[in-house]
Parts: sequence; C-alpha cells; structure tokens
Amino acid sequence: MNWETVIGLETHVELATKSKIFCACTTAFGGAPNTHCCPVCTGMPGALPVLNGKVVEYAVRAAMALGCTVTRYSRFDRKNYFYPDLPKAYQISQLYLPIGRDGTVEAGGRTVGIHELHMEEDAGKLIHDPWTEQTKIDYNRCGVPLIEIVTEPGFRTAEEVVSYLEWLRETLQYLGVSDCKMQEGSLRCDVNLSVRPAGSDTLGTRTELKNLSSFKAIRRAIGYEARRQIERLEAGGRVVQETRRWDENKDASYPMRSKEDAQDYRYFPEPDLPPLELSEAYIQALRASQPELAAAKRARYQAVWGLGSYDAEMLTSQKALARFFEETVALGAEPKQAANWLMGPVLAQLSAHGLEARDMALTPPTLARLIQLVKEGRLNRNTAVRVCEAVFETDGDADAYVAAHGLAQVSDAGLVAQVVEQVLSANEKSVADYRSGKEKAFGFLVGQVMRQLRGQAAPAVVRQVLLEQLAEQ
Amino acid sequence: MELYELTALELAGQLRAGAVTQAEAIAAAAGRIAACQPGNNAFITVADSPAPAPALSASPLAGVPMAYKDNLCTRGMRTTCASKILGDFTPCYDATAVERLTAAGAVSMGKLNLDEFAMGSTCETSCYGPAKNPWDLTRSPGGSSGGAAAAVAAGEVWYAIGSDTGGSIRQPAAHCGVTGMKPTYGSVSRYGLVAYASSLDQLGPIARSAADCAAVLELIRGRDPRDATSLDLPAGGLLCALTGDVRGRRIGLPAECFGGALEPEVAAAVRAAAGVLRARGAVVEECSLPLLDYAVPAYYILACAEASSNLARFDGVKYGWRAEGCGSLEELYRRTRTEGFGPEVKKRILLGTFVLSADCYDSYYKKALQARARLKAAFDAVFQRYDLLLTPVAPTTAPRLGEGLADPLSLYLSDIYTVPANLAGLPALSMPCGFDRSGLPIGAQLIGPALGDLAVLDAAHAYQQETDWHRRHPDTPAAAKGGDAL
Repeated sequence: MNWETVIGLETHVELATKSKIFCACTTAFGGAPNTHCCPVCTGMPGALPVLNGKVVEYAVRAAMALGCTVTRYSRFDRKNYFYPDLPKAYQISQLYLPIGRDGTVEAGGRTVGIHELHMEEDAGKLIHDPWTEQTKIDYNRCGVPLIEIVTEPGFRTAEEVVSYLEWLRETLQYLGVSDCKMQEGSLRCDVNLSVRPAGSDTLGTRTELKNLSSFKAIRRAIGYEARRQIERLEAGGRVVQETRRWDENKDASYPMRSKEDAQDYRYFPEPDLPPLELSEAYIQALRASQPELAAAKRARYQAVWGLGSYDAEMLTSQKALARFFEETVALGAEPKQAANWLMGPVLAQLSAHGLEARDMALTPPTLARLIQLVKEGRLNRNTAVRVCEAVFETDGDADAYVAAHGLAQVSDAGLVAQVVEQVLSANEKSVADYRSGKEKAFGFLVGQVMRQLRGQAAPAVVRQVLLEQLAEQ
Repeated sequence: MELYELTALELAGQLRAGAVTQAEAIAAAAGRIAACQPGNNAFITVADSPAPAPALSASPLAGVPMAYKDNLCTRGMRTTCASKILGDFTPCYDATAVERLTAAGAVSMGKLNLDEFAMGSTCETSCYGPAKNPWDLTRSPGGSSGGAAAAVAAGEVWYAIGSDTGGSIRQPAAHCGVTGMKPTYGSVSRYGLVAYASSLDQLGPIARSAADCAAVLELIRGRDPRDATSLDLPAGGLLCALTGDVRGRRIGLPAECFGGALEPEVAAAVRAAAGVLRARGAVVEECSLPLLDYAVPAYYILACAEASSNLARFDGVKYGWRAEGCGSLEELYRRTRTEGFGPEVKKRILLGTFVLSADCYDSYYKKALQARARLKAAFDAVFQRYDLLLTPVAPTTAPRLGEGLADPLSLYLSDIYTVPANLAGLPALSMPCGFDRSGLPIGAQLIGPALGDLAVLDAAHAYQQETDWHRRHPDTPAAAKGGDAL
C-alpha cells in the first residue's frame, strides 16, 4: 500500500525582548543560576504578572508576517500543572483567544496554513546533579517570553517541514523579534505526525515528537516516525496516540506519555491580567512599520542593484549580512563589488573565526574604504584581501595598516620599468623562450617583477611595461 | 477616656498636636495587645519592636499603630496565611498597601489572625487557633479577617488592613462592632496579597469609623504598576470629601435581603438604620435585587476554581512546609500538600479542581461566569434607580465557636449578603447598627455602584453622625486597665 505522511508543527520561539513577559527581569541567556529572577517570575506568594508591551508588539509583528488575523480582543489563560520548573504551578498562556489566527505563508514553494499564534511564558530549567543525587532548579528562564506557532497538518515530507522552519527562522530574524538560535533553545519545534493510505482524507492517529534540537534531528525523527507507524500498521497493529521523545544519539524515539496519562490542564482565564484590547491605530502603526523581509530584499537587490539571484540569496541568508551589504553600498561602494567582497573574503573570515555576521567586528565603513582603495588603484585586490583579513577581528584602520606595512600599490611606471629592466637582464633564457613563442615564459617574467615589487604593483602596469620592453629589445 | 477608645483620626490629631507622643501610642497598643491577646488570639505575629514613623508627616494617620492581616506580605516579617504550609515564610518584599502605609507613617504592630488562606467565615480554620470575639470570647469574631476585626474592636490597634473575597472584611467587622470597607475591585493594589481568588480579592480597612476607613483607603488606593488590575484613581479625595449629607440620596432596601434565614433582630436593626438615614434626608425605599440566590453558588465555584490554581504553588519545592523523606516528586507534592493544608482549604482546592476539569468546565465554571455577568447586570439596573443599597451583612450575629463548621452548607449560605458585591466588583461597607439581646454587635451593609466608594463612605459617615454604635467598646480585660489615660 502507498502511505501518506501528515505532519503539523508546534514551534516555540523565544522573543528577543530585553525583559521578561510579566516582570522587568533580564532575558539574557546564561547568567549564574537564579540571578535573573524576582518575586514575580519565581511565583512568590502575592506577586502579580504585568504584561510587557514589547512582547505584544513582537507577537503582533510575527502574527502579521505569518498572515494571521490579529485578535483585537485577546486574553491570557492559565494552564495548570505541577512541575518543579514551573514555580506558580501554572503557565500563563493563551488558549481561548490567541493573539493571531488563521494565517497562511508561502514557504519553500508551498502554502502553509497557520492555525494560531499565541503568547506564553517559558519555564525554568532543572539540573540533575548525579554526584549529590539532587535536582537543582534555575529559574532564570522562567517568564522569558515565547510565541507558539501552530500550523495546520499540511506538511507531507521532512523537506517541506525544514523549508518552512528555515523560512520561519529567516522571517522572525528579519522582523527582529527573535534570534531563533536552536542551540540555545530560542527556536524549538514539536512535530505531530500521522500516516494514512494515500488518497484518504481522514487523518490517522498521531504521535507528538519532542526534543528536536536541530533541523537534522527533525529530518531524522520524521523519517523514523513515519516508518515506525507504517510498519506497525502494515503488521496489523495500530498507532497509539502518545508523546514520544527523540533521542539523537540513539537515532530513535521513545514513548514519554500516552493519551491516557494526558493531563487535564484546567485552563481558565487568567484573572490577574485584564483582557488585551488592541486598537486599530496600534495595529495599523505596526503594519506600517514592519521591517523589510528577506524575500523583498532579494527582489530589490536584483531589480535595483542588478545582482544575480545567487548573490541576492547569499547576502540575505543572514539579516546582519544584508544590513552590512546595504550600509556598505550606502557608503558609495559599487553593489556588485560589495557583494563580491562580502561573499568572498568576509564570509571566508567569518567561517574561519566561527562567527555569524551579527557578531562581526568589521564595519561597513572599513569595507567600503577597502573597496575604494582598490577602485582608486591604490591597493591591488590581493593586498586588499590581506588588509581585510588583518583588520577583520578588530575593525582596524585600513589606511593606517596599509601605510604601516608599506602596502600601497606601485603604479609608478618609471619604477616598474627599472625593475623590468633588471628582471629581463637577469633572465635571458626566459626572454629567449618568450621570443621563441613560449607564452609560459611571459607569466614567469610577470611573476618575477611582482616578486621584486613585493606584490604591490598594479598587474596591468606590469604587463604593459613588460610587453613594451620585450618589443624594444 | 483611654487612648484605645479614640478613633484613628482622633489619635492622629493628638499626635500632631503633641498631646500624645508616638512612644506613648505604641506603648498603649503594646499594652492592649499584651492584655487582650491571651484571650482573643487576634495576632499571629506581634512585632518585637514596632518601628515608629520617622516623622509625623502631613499624612492624616502618621504615627497611628495598626496591623495587617497575615495574608499581606511584609518584608522581613513572616507571612503565614494562618497555614502550616507557609511555615515561617518571610517575604523579601512588602505588599504595595504595606509600602504605601509605611511611607505614610503607619506603625505596624504585627500580623493578624485569619481563616487559613482567608477561606472561612469564622476564623476557626487558622492553624494558629481561632481568633475570638472580644464581645464574647466563646464566640467567633467572624472571618476571614477575624483577627483584624477583633484587634480593632478590642482596641489593640486603631485600624487594620484586611482582605475581602466574599465578605471577609465586612462580616467580621459586623460581628465585632467595627466599621469595615471593601472598596471597588481594582481600587487597592493586590500586589503582595497572597491570592485566594484573584478576581474577587480586594484589600480594605477595618477601623472604628467610616471616616477612619476613608482616611486609610485614600492612602492605599490607586494605580500600582505591579498590579495590572489596579485602577487609576485620583490620590486622596475621600476624607476631605465626607460631608455627612445624604439629603436626596436614594437608598434601596432589596426585599430579597430581608427574608429567609435572616434573624428578626438583625432585620430590625438594619431597618432602624434605614430609618436613621431617612431622618437625615435620604430617600429610602424597598427595591428588588433579583438573582441573589445564584450569588453563593456562583461565588463558591469561581472562588474555589481560582483558589485551586492560586494555591498550587505551595508544593514544598521553594519555601514553607516540605514533607520529609519523600521517594518521588509525586510523593513530595502529595504529602506536602496533605500535611500542609487544613481541611477547609483542601475542600476548596478539590472543589475548584473539579469545576475546572475538562468535563465540568462548561457546566460549572462557565455557568458561574454567566451568573456573575447577569448579577452584575442586575446591579447595574438597580443602580439606575438608587444611589446605594442597604442590606444586612450576615443573617445572624457572631456564632459560637465550633457552631459554624458543624454545618458547612448553612455556613456558606450565610455569605449571601456579602458575596454579591465581590462578584460585581462593587464597593461595600459594614457599619455597626446595634446589638442583639445577647449583647452581640449587628452590622448593616451599604453597597454602592462601581467607583461609588465615596458615596458609600459618606452615607456611613452620615449614619455615624447620628449614632454611637461604632464608639461602643467591649468590656476590657482587667489587665489592660490603667493604660495611658488622657
């Protein structure tokens, strides 16, 4: 039988606000345990939540980018369950009236339906100490703002899932609402998966996969779970509705809890927070100030600056890179030159230093200056690349570096002529070879001249002077 | 006249005039507490050395000794909610009301007894033993702010801050012959009040007189950035606005509040109070407040639902009581909560958990929300025609200790006159209006429309211009005599 896999995603994204969703504590990652908390986020008796307006703004921006209807009158609800990482024993979330609903996005060439987008708070972190047999709790993450984005069950393959997630990550980064670092847990994804005979229009029993910490894990887990369900059904068994935990080391998933032990979360409206009413003016103001997203930038780079689609794709692959590019161009660099520099030496340096564009010290003015020096013939390109490498880590002064290391390009034809004369008299055999038609000898002679000039000569000048002198002799 | 017989405003006046020093006032309070506490158990924690106000500021109550119900967080002083589960939990923060009163020169004498987590109406569910009624120590002071009402009635402090979720300020005030006010929901920040039922809880004063209540309320009310449900109210504006003039005020007596289990003596005293207001020029007439029968069931569903969630944080993990020797997380939760909570609290947590469960949410919780909305609408309608309502506070005077808990259903039903104001978020005040034949105080309740706090206080102030019920004091324990006479 042919089987069809049906997948829906629940993605938790940490919002990049400076403070937590219901108190003023910092959201900074790391920090000594329990140093980023207060009576509110540790659920002390009598403490009350107060909604951070920036969280609402970011959630609304995300909802708009996902094509959702923004709920004008939304509300928070309490999700009640006991666990030591949840100090109030309830999570403030949105069940009944989420901030965004019924969206659609175009990702990876497909339309993906967004069921809803809601705001909620993160929980703390349990750290088990095997030496003392104790479990310790770090509440620093408690109250870090999250949005949960729930798709319709519209995916059929792992590739579709990953392209959607890549689109989502890129979009949220461009919006500036999240840094979406999977390794730091600021983008986490649960996969709901079921299988059914191809052509059927009823859904099979689904399982939920958790602990997927990379795109690779998501691909592997989807493949594994689809096979597992199909094998079970083909063997005459049935799929049990349950939550399964993906074990990346064992490349397999294991049951965590079944539907029978599913908790009753006893949701009810959060009485400590008044309903959230958004005015039309507020929504319009956010809509009007939405940042330009990656797809729009790609189109603009091609249409306005004549870049190829590959260049546009590369430059927009990181928001910070695109911003760097635009600022460099704004400083007068020719767009194609700026693109080549970024995609060549700059990306090479980033990768050599294991950095992302946003962490780079180098600034657009420095790169723009290097491009200008090459354009003016004052540095040759290879030297300029060396200067770029030298100043990359500190954003040093390119001109000062060039002066200090005597790297300015020799364009003085008189000086070049002197050197050429010396080289020709010292390499008579090569001159003879050249005369007898061996083209390779010319390259050798160019190389010798460049060596004498420590690579600082303008190649065009060297070639021209060489040709002139060879013709004279 | 003894110092303790003064109202809070009178004492403040003496302090400002230099007739009494702060040290004398504090010593008088400490002396009364030492004398009364063994009998009435009004305090859970008595301050070792109460901090005097740094300066007798312009604040109308600066330097006056007072105390807080022990469900308000006080920095550095244990906050127990009268529950074993909180143990010696000592907050590292003050409730906003505490912070504001401290800034206004209040002198805290300590923390007052209550029903465990404010759940109860007799003060008998306290794990520190019940507070007792100063008018008759074999009787309950009412609850849940029983310690607060008892302490003010006994003259141990000049005023107290209580909390009122379904009548917890007003009913003990009535049973102890003092004045207590539950302001409009949102008037007073709940930050630092250990929540029982968040959508119903409201802090308010218990004092001798309506004027005292006005003076306290204007110090604590108004917007607090730490409580999203707090209202933006103008500062002050209550005490100076009291006129005692009720001429032309339309006051309704809801017929539904004068039948059923209401004791005839209570009914008569409340009707007599209506007569006093009429004599001062108010237009008093019978009216109808439909849907009253739904108030108690709706209240217990909503209050218990919220309580089941609010009290879930007491799990033995972070502070307070923790069961020892548990082998698993589930056992830690189960045993900590089994050992730490008393029976009334457990009952309400179970009830609340039940009504929020997936199968019951629609038929209980949602229905109760609908009943609440309709009750609010009924109040809106009646306040189209009346400025205020006058009702009893409780069907009876103070019950004997042990009497109430024996019949829990009728105990819950005795909240009938007080819970509607909480469900609708309205301001309501309880004022002494007489005594029954056993010499126990009777209270009358004034209810106003939302934000009508001043009208409520002013009508009570008018009543207290004509009567002296609020100036009566229970017999004083022998040991307390000989306090500083004026």
